[in-house]
Amino acid sequence: MTDAVKPAVAAAPESGFGSLRALTPWVAAAAVFLVLPYAFTSGAALTMLSLMGIMIVFTLSYNMLLGQTGMLSFGHAVYYGLGAFFTVHVMNFVIRNGLPVPVPVIPIVGGLFGLVFGILFGWVSTKRGGTAFAMISLGLAELVASSANILRGFFGGEEGITTNRTKLLGVFGYNFGPQIQVYFLIAAWCVLCMILMYAITRTPLGRMCNAVRENAERAQFVGYDPRMVRFLAFCLASFFAGVAGSLAAINFEIVNATYVGVGQSGVVLLAAYVGGIGFFFGPIIGAVIVTYLQVMLSDVTEIWQLYFGLMFIVIVMFAPNGVAGLIMMHRPLWRAGVVGRVVPAYLVALGPALLFTAAAILLIEMIHHAAAKVGEGPKMTFLRVPLDLSSPVSWLGAVGLLAVGFILSRLVWPMIARAWGDAMGTARERGFVA
Amino acid sequence: MLELVIVSTLNGVLFGMLLFLLASGLTLIFSMMGVLNFAHASFYMLGAFFGYQVSQWTGFWPALVIAPVLVGGIGALVERYGLRNVHRHGHVPELLFTFGLAYVIEEVVQMIWGKLPVNFAVPRSLDFSAFTIFSTNYPAYKMFMLAVAILIFAALVAVLTRTRVGLIIQAALTHPDMVAALGHNVPRVFMLVFGVGTALAAIAGVIAGPALVTQANMAGLLGPILFVVVVVGGLGSLAGAFVASLLIGLVQTFAVAINASLADLFRPFGIAVGPGGFLGDIWNVSVAQIAPILPYVLLVLILILRPTGLLGTRET
Repeated sequence: MTDAVKPAVAAAPESGFGSLRALTPWVAAAAVFLVLPYAFTSGAALTMLSLMGIMIVFTLSYNMLLGQTGMLSFGHAVYYGLGAFFTVHVMNFVIRNGLPVPVPVIPIVGGLFGLVFGILFGWVSTKRGGTAFAMISLGLAELVASSANILRGFFGGEEGITTNRTKLLGVFGYNFGPQIQVYFLIAAWCVLCMILMYAITRTPLGRMCNAVRENAERAQFVGYDPRMVRFLAFCLASFFAGVAGSLAAINFEIVNATYVGVGQSGVVLLAAYVGGIGFFFGPIIGAVIVTYLQVMLSDVTEIWQLYFGLMFIVIVMFAPNGVAGLIMMHRPLWRAGVVGRVVPAYLVALGPALLFTAAAILLIEMIHHAAAKVGEGPKMTFLRVPLDLSSPVSWLGAVGLLAVGFILSRLVWPMIARAWGDAMGTARERGFVA
Repeated sequence: MLELVIVSTLNGVLFGMLLFLLASGLTLIFSMMGVLNFAHASFYMLGAFFGYQVSQWTGFWPALVIAPVLVGGIGALVERYGLRNVHRHGHVPELLFTFGLAYVIEEVVQMIWGKLPVNFAVPRSLDFSAFTIFSTNYPAYKMFMLAVAILIFAALVAVLTRTRVGLIIQAALTHPDMVAALGHNVPRVFMLVFGVGTALAAIAGVIAGPALVTQANMAGLLGPILFVVVVVGGLGSLAGAFVASLLIGLVQTFAVAINASLADLFRPFGIAVGPGGFLGDIWNVSVAQIAPILPYVLLVLILILRPTGLLGTRET
């Protein structure tokens, strides 16, 4: 009896600390958002940071479904897009009638419309989980995407619908014209949404979501209706997706049919999965990576979407817990203080891995050049190295590099495994591995 | 009117049979491995492009055989070295693997053949009109497509019901664990079914390529409809897939041919509804214009009202 009570008593003061400590990540996140625009001052960087903020909210909202409740949705962009469209219409309505509505509260409008459609579509689609839910979400996504091409009055056809955020009421003399002001608006909403979505995971509802994900039947035995849990999670996710769509509408001041498209739904799924759906911070990493690649890769190469898809397949095949999973794998090592033992092995493996990746990219670029750019002749440059595609030497060289990279990677693999096993063994001895 | 009905029925059955060539493979793959292959329509597209490329070198008829064999081989490799590895992570990663694969195949096709349609022409020996109904010349190539589809359908039924391999496949559809326990190499059967399924999709691609447009977006256009077919028919039911293929084929072709709108419906009653208001377009959208969304309406209705599909026995 006393044994059972003791830990609870001992834990009490720590949890008091914990509530203070629980704030630290959010204060840190807010600080990062504050500092970033002063660290990266260029206009392009500011635009990208704004996009990242929007994507973080969108991806986290998606993970409320996939990661927290185990619902694979192929149509999450429906709520993002509809939130954006209603935002633009409401903003134009506010401008026409000269209503005193300031810009910072506008995302609530998008959220509410996301919620409305979440309730509507969620009611029919959350009856079942699993594949049925995934299929209905795909059907609804196609339905809405096709409707966007038909109902031109609302969706604005191909050119979309525009608005002007500066015509709305400003706050404290800010009219949200310059990008930096919009960035801080997005950052504030992003931090707010992150805190809210994290808080939801800590509520009994959040816990029941996890239970439904793990085993819907057992959740039912405990006395909860899995359908209701799925429905509530769906509505909340749609709300935050609507907020993200609204932020995007404010940022771009134009919305078109691609917002509700299946492509956008695919990108958010990609981002969440690449980041890691098993951890709350995973989708944040994923959103940052995917936004960065979307903006940067499209400048570097025309076939960036191919690399995007390949990266996704590699993650699914070899790191199903995403980047966050890879990081969290090292947590016991970190706590046991032996993380330093695997670093040398990683550094050695970095060379072959980079060689293999570079050779694969080289080969893909060569094929792309040979197939799609016949008009430009057989000359191309890769990483400033001039290549002649008409000579077999270039092709043999590229294939050879790929083979060497592959063989070297295979050779260093046992070394990593040994270092990992050794470090894990020590961590286990020190009691940091369950 | 009669002309429209006859021609639309022919086209509908043709489109339906084409859908079934794809849906049969998808159904077999789903029933055995429990994974909905998102990339199935991408193999259909690969079939069309391989068919185009090979027919540039050898002519159409060898391409009709070579392209499906190549695509089937790629499919088998994907199963052996991709899906089988992902399988141990669970069903969601499997689904996502095929999702990523569909993405990559589309990009690769775009990278090699470009975004514009390629000139995949009807072979000269079939480039004439088979018969004339009223004023419509019905092309012989479409009759050829229909014949190929029916031939393969018959062959598939024969293999599944009359051969030993077919019996094992049928058994594995319902009792995969039992089949494995009886000592059959289930992974190899999986690889075979995946390869044959993708080859069937590729045949559909080769014969559809010249009739439809061979373009990098053809997988994206057909893929979602394919899902509608297998879900409406009932996941895991070949007969259901057949019925649903014909149903969707007919619904789509007939809807495209009807040029009436809601406004037309109300006009005889003296009720004039014009454009106006936020959603004024709804009144003037013709049935032909909403044809693309009809399959999805059907899908959502089926999943709500009869989640096992028309002839299925499993809950999705």
